[in-house]
Amino acid sequence: MKLELRGITKRFGALVANDHIDLVVEPGEIHCLLGENGAGKSTLMNVLYGLYDADEGQILLDDEVQSFDGPGDAMAAGIGMVHQHFMLVPVFSVAENVMLGHESTRGAGVLDLAGARRTVRETADRFGFHVDPDALVEDLPVGVQQRVEIIKALSRDAQVLVFDEPTAVLTPQETDELMAIMRQLRDDGAAIVFITHKLREVRAVADRITVVRHGKVVGEAAPTATDAELASLMVGRAVELTVHKEAPQHRDNALEVAGLTVANADGQVVVDDISFTVRGGEVLVVAGVQGNGQTELTEALLGLQEDVAGSVRLDDRELVGRSVRQILSAGVGFVPEDRNTDGLVGEFSIAENLILDRTDGPPFVRAGSLQLARRDEFAQEKVDEFDVRTQGIGLPVGGLSGGNQQKVVLAREMSRDLRLLVAAQPTRGVDVGSIEFIHQRIIETRDQGLPVIVVSTELDEAVALGDRIMVMYRGKVVGIVPATTPRDVLGLMMAGVAPESEGEAA
Amino acid sequence: MSAPVTRPAPVPAQETGARTIDKVSWKSPIALGAVLVLYVLLMALAPHEGSARFALSTSRDFFQIPVFVVPAMTTAWLGAGVGLLVTGAAVLAARARRRVPLWWISVYAVFLLTGFLAWAAAGSPRDLSVVGLLSGAVVLAVPIVYGSLSGVIGERAGVINIAIEAQLLAGAFSAAVVASLTDSPWAGLLAAMVAGMLVALVLGIFAITYRVVQIIVGVVLNVLVIGLTSFFYSQVLVPNTEMLNATTRFPRLPIPFLDRIPVVGPVLFNQTILAYLMFVIVGVVWFALYRTRWGLRVRAVGEHPKAADTVGINVLATRYRAVLIGGTLAGMGGAFYTVVSINQFGREMTAGAGFIALAAMIFGKWDPVRAALAGLLFGFATNLQNVLSVVGSPVPSQFMLMLPYVVTLFAVAGLVGRSQPPAANGQAYVKE
Amino acid sequence: MSGPQPGQHSADRPDNPLDDALGKADPEVEPGLVEELEQEKAREEAKAVDETGDRWRDAFRQIVSGSWAVALGAILLAVLAGSILIVLTDEAVQESAGYFFARPQDTLKAVGEAIGGAYSALFRGAVYNYQADSFAAGIRSLTQTLTNATPLIAAGLGVALAFRAGLFNIGGQGQMLMAAVGAGWVGFGVTGLPIPLHLLLAMVAGMLAAALWAGIAGALKAFTGAHEVIVTIMLNWIAYYLLSFFLATPGLMQAPGSANPRTPPIAESAQLPPLLGERYPLHWGFVLALLAVAYVWWLLNRASLGFSYRAVGENPRAARVAGIDVKWSTVSVMLIAGALVGLAGVTQVLGTATTGFGEGIDAGIGFDAITVALLGGSQPVGVLFAGLLFGAFKAGGSAMQAAEGIPIEIVLVVQSLIVLFIAAPPLVRAIFRLPQPARRTTTRRKSSSTKEATA
Repeated sequence: MKLELRGITKRFGALVANDHIDLVVEPGEIHCLLGENGAGKSTLMNVLYGLYDADEGQILLDDEVQSFDGPGDAMAAGIGMVHQHFMLVPVFSVAENVMLGHESTRGAGVLDLAGARRTVRETADRFGFHVDPDALVEDLPVGVQQRVEIIKALSRDAQVLVFDEPTAVLTPQETDELMAIMRQLRDDGAAIVFITHKLREVRAVADRITVVRHGKVVGEAAPTATDAELASLMVGRAVELTVHKEAPQHRDNALEVAGLTVANADGQVVVDDISFTVRGGEVLVVAGVQGNGQTELTEALLGLQEDVAGSVRLDDRELVGRSVRQILSAGVGFVPEDRNTDGLVGEFSIAENLILDRTDGPPFVRAGSLQLARRDEFAQEKVDEFDVRTQGIGLPVGGLSGGNQQKVVLAREMSRDLRLLVAAQPTRGVDVGSIEFIHQRIIETRDQGLPVIVVSTELDEAVALGDRIMVMYRGKVVGIVPATTPRDVLGLMMAGVAPESEGEAA
Repeated sequence: MSAPVTRPAPVPAQETGARTIDKVSWKSPIALGAVLVLYVLLMALAPHEGSARFALSTSRDFFQIPVFVVPAMTTAWLGAGVGLLVTGAAVLAARARRRVPLWWISVYAVFLLTGFLAWAAAGSPRDLSVVGLLSGAVVLAVPIVYGSLSGVIGERAGVINIAIEAQLLAGAFSAAVVASLTDSPWAGLLAAMVAGMLVALVLGIFAITYRVVQIIVGVVLNVLVIGLTSFFYSQVLVPNTEMLNATTRFPRLPIPFLDRIPVVGPVLFNQTILAYLMFVIVGVVWFALYRTRWGLRVRAVGEHPKAADTVGINVLATRYRAVLIGGTLAGMGGAFYTVVSINQFGREMTAGAGFIALAAMIFGKWDPVRAALAGLLFGFATNLQNVLSVVGSPVPSQFMLMLPYVVTLFAVAGLVGRSQPPAANGQAYVKE
Repeated sequence: MSGPQPGQHSADRPDNPLDDALGKADPEVEPGLVEELEQEKAREEAKAVDETGDRWRDAFRQIVSGSWAVALGAILLAVLAGSILIVLTDEAVQESAGYFFARPQDTLKAVGEAIGGAYSALFRGAVYNYQADSFAAGIRSLTQTLTNATPLIAAGLGVALAFRAGLFNIGGQGQMLMAAVGAGWVGFGVTGLPIPLHLLLAMVAGMLAAALWAGIAGALKAFTGAHEVIVTIMLNWIAYYLLSFFLATPGLMQAPGSANPRTPPIAESAQLPPLLGERYPLHWGFVLALLAVAYVWWLLNRASLGFSYRAVGENPRAARVAGIDVKWSTVSVMLIAGALVGLAGVTQVLGTATTGFGEGIDAGIGFDAITVALLGGSQPVGVLFAGLLFGAFKAGGSAMQAAEGIPIEIVLVVQSLIVLFIAAPPLVRAIFRLPQPARRTTTRRKSSSTKEATA
């Protein structure tokens, strides 16, 4: 089936998210939609999938104009979507998830589960992988969950398949397998839209490439285009994301982690016997595909995890078993992975958020009362120092952009008397300008002689920021290597393959 | 309530499945021990010598089972002994990081209960009718079970229903008026269903369409319906009692032959139509939730509404339907008060049964069958007080009346394990 | 469980297309877009508002965001509904409606008389009885309103404070009953103490009992995760039966020589003295309630403890990361909330019902307090006014019942309707054709709460 989008325009108030976008996807081709976060790719796909109404423009399938009132219509017309955040019910079985919404019944609304199981098996067999139709989705690894999403789309005879950032949660190995599936689907005659911002993947699998920037199509490219060409099309200028830093000056102070083991609420071991040392004056980047224990590791360092064994010593003081308050007082600065849920109180003002973890005594609290004048003075100072773009410190922090929110978190954490800085995903969802600022502040902290831990899932950031890189896989350390380690070795490590010679240089 | 991790044994790294360690949960042993201590204190400080008489038969049975006469304190201490064994086993299980099986707790409960009954009935010249205790429990459980089904269906679809009490009360009121006017309990039942549905509709409008916090809507609806029914009761029903508030009740419908089986017959096969319907409906709701398209969609909407939306399911309509069906069932439960139990409406006559139903739903982990069993348990606890007052129990009635609430408190605090509500329960869905 | 809801950010500001856009943009799918929109919006908002910093953000903010127009509209609608009930059940109206088409003026006259009679009785009972002989006698109504408002304000504060920390305290009834047990026991059971000491001791005993009772709910929530709504409902019933046992047991709380489940009268030395002399019902409890308003205002807006409560209420995860002990916050806020509700029980026992009390001493105030807190937007000053309004309804309702034979339950209907309407501003706006502000349904929050729910 041929998909054609003609002049799609979608406005959100004054902001034009899609500006007269034209796109043609032929059957039997993989068409890449390349663009930065916020370029309008997902808006376009939500229009295609019937989730948004376009203000202008037409959707055509095999040259017939369609009008979709909701995802149901889009699916009926033959469009399938593999969502970035899987649209699966965790407590349902695979078969139940696949049949949901177009259930076959044995009359009187009684579900035909046997039929659904058959569908799952047949579809899975076609692509040579195995999925147990009776397994609960929540028990499956993410890679398999994604296959369930694919089966779900295929079971409705989707002939146009949209993959929305499908590789974000996959290991390099799983990514390769996904690409193989996509090629097979293409060879079967499906029209495939592949949305991504990762250049490597685009060149590996795309037949045609369309680049969008600020809601507009800015160009087309052949898969033979170089990374640099694609990148400059995508960002609109030459990009160079390197961090300027000197060689590390090691100090004697250090964070020593030994045999750290963390179990989650279900008793699963999510951090498995990890040991490492970070010296003052160096940055250790914790790399790996998301969900391999990095989050729990940083949370354990701050005392946020309940079931922790092993030892964490900061300047020879044991931190395991202490409360969050005590650990903060011991000089640990913490930038959480998800600033909205863990870092900020959205409705609180910027000033209030800046003293959120300092309510236990002077200078901001005296005799149980908040010192508002002190607080505001401090807040104004920090807003200026960290270049937080806002109209006032009394405004709710939830109204700031991601980059400015992150600066508020950094300002709060860095204005305490620190002995260690832990920053998890410090630049996620942050604009390019703020990324540079944040990287610079992190390096400055390192150069003050503090041990710094940065968690990152982006290899580029890991290499740019780290002095050493520790790769985690399934809760274990695969290896700790110098930042100069070749990328393909790091990629293999992220899939759990230990490097030949471990470069432990602590 | 979990101890820190000890060093896990080395496990060969496997590609599939994460390594797990079992955690120690002291909740069960602590709860079992606490109850046991109370029990033993009661027996030791207020011993009741004599014998207790348990009657198991009624005169209509096919054959008679003789009255059991047991020495009270021996039975009571036997119960304590078994209780101690189970508690000890639970401690061992906890140390071995194993779950305490439900059947252990059941054995514990049965023995302690029997001991308690023997103690309470000791020395009384009257027989303690086990049949009366159980059949009364079924009767009293009727509104609770209907109400809990209303909660289960609504919350499975993601709408918290604190307004069960309001649905019961509205059902009771409408049933009284319509059954009195028409002289037909069936018409009353129908009216109760409509009334329960109307309350559910208001809940839906505010909770689903206007996305008001669902607990608030529920609490306020309870007050509203109490106010409305009490207002109309004083203003309209009281001056016209004969015309508007004197119903014909559903008679008992003994099922021939079956009702004469000892113990089981009078308990299960000599009830009113509303009780028989209850057993059928519990089964139907279970089947509908787990085996039909409707149920699959309801559960999907309660767990992950966005996923349901992206496969073309109308989330809001599904929620409305579920809430309305639930309201209809709760309305039926409300009819119990005015066309089964007694023949007229009284101010606030449901007296908190809706909240007990809510507790039964949580106790039953949002499953219709388990919720119904929990409802029966609460019916039993309530009836226990009635029966004990007949034999002249030494326990103040207030404490017996308190029992279901105390049990619920223990339950939500974790005796029965974690109750996990549907993931999207209580969250309004915003369609983009 | 009830995670933060999408906030209605600008309920009382003119339409903003950006709000609409934000409502539609999904940050999970398109973080960049949402950011740009938010930046844009922040820029615009900065011009329109200067102080939104101290606003409360959680599930209950829908109530807060209702503007005064909506509150007024809600009250009007509820009173209108109440009027319809009065008219429908009025005998004169029913009679004349029988021949409506013959003489419609009769029906209209009857309707007018029913409503006029009801509201003039309401006014006479709640504000000023113009039929009384003197001003001093007429104004007694207003003091009755203030007396009724006293426990409503105190208990409303208890519910409101818990709300702000993200807890729904439905246990007002049980907490009041336990306060009555504590205060009553000391009030009539202890003798021979000098006046201020006895009163003080009785008050402390009552508030402490209520605080501990609420603390059970807080502790169970904090340490076992039991939902506070269920726990407080159960504790209400347990307290009720406990009190009823005490009242029915000679030697515990039953008045000696009586078979009724009632306590003996409170000793003079433990009574709250009248505020305006013996002729008026108003006692010093009202002043205590006003002091409580001031205290809660300070706690929420100026104290570091209240700051951490609000942080926990808005975003418990961020609070935890910031080193705030969420469990202790949950327990301690319930202790304070319980003490505030306890103050309501104490003023009832030591001020209003000094001749002894039965198991109905809470008089539904525990539940009324929820509606008071909601109407007052969980702000201390709002609670004060909501308490006064509902106190007036109560005083007027009694007068209506006495003078016109209208059952007092009409007050329950009107109160609950007010809260329902206030909770759904779009409905009220639609009915009164007020402008509908654009919705801001930030899905950012939705994603975080789903995460919590599945975690």
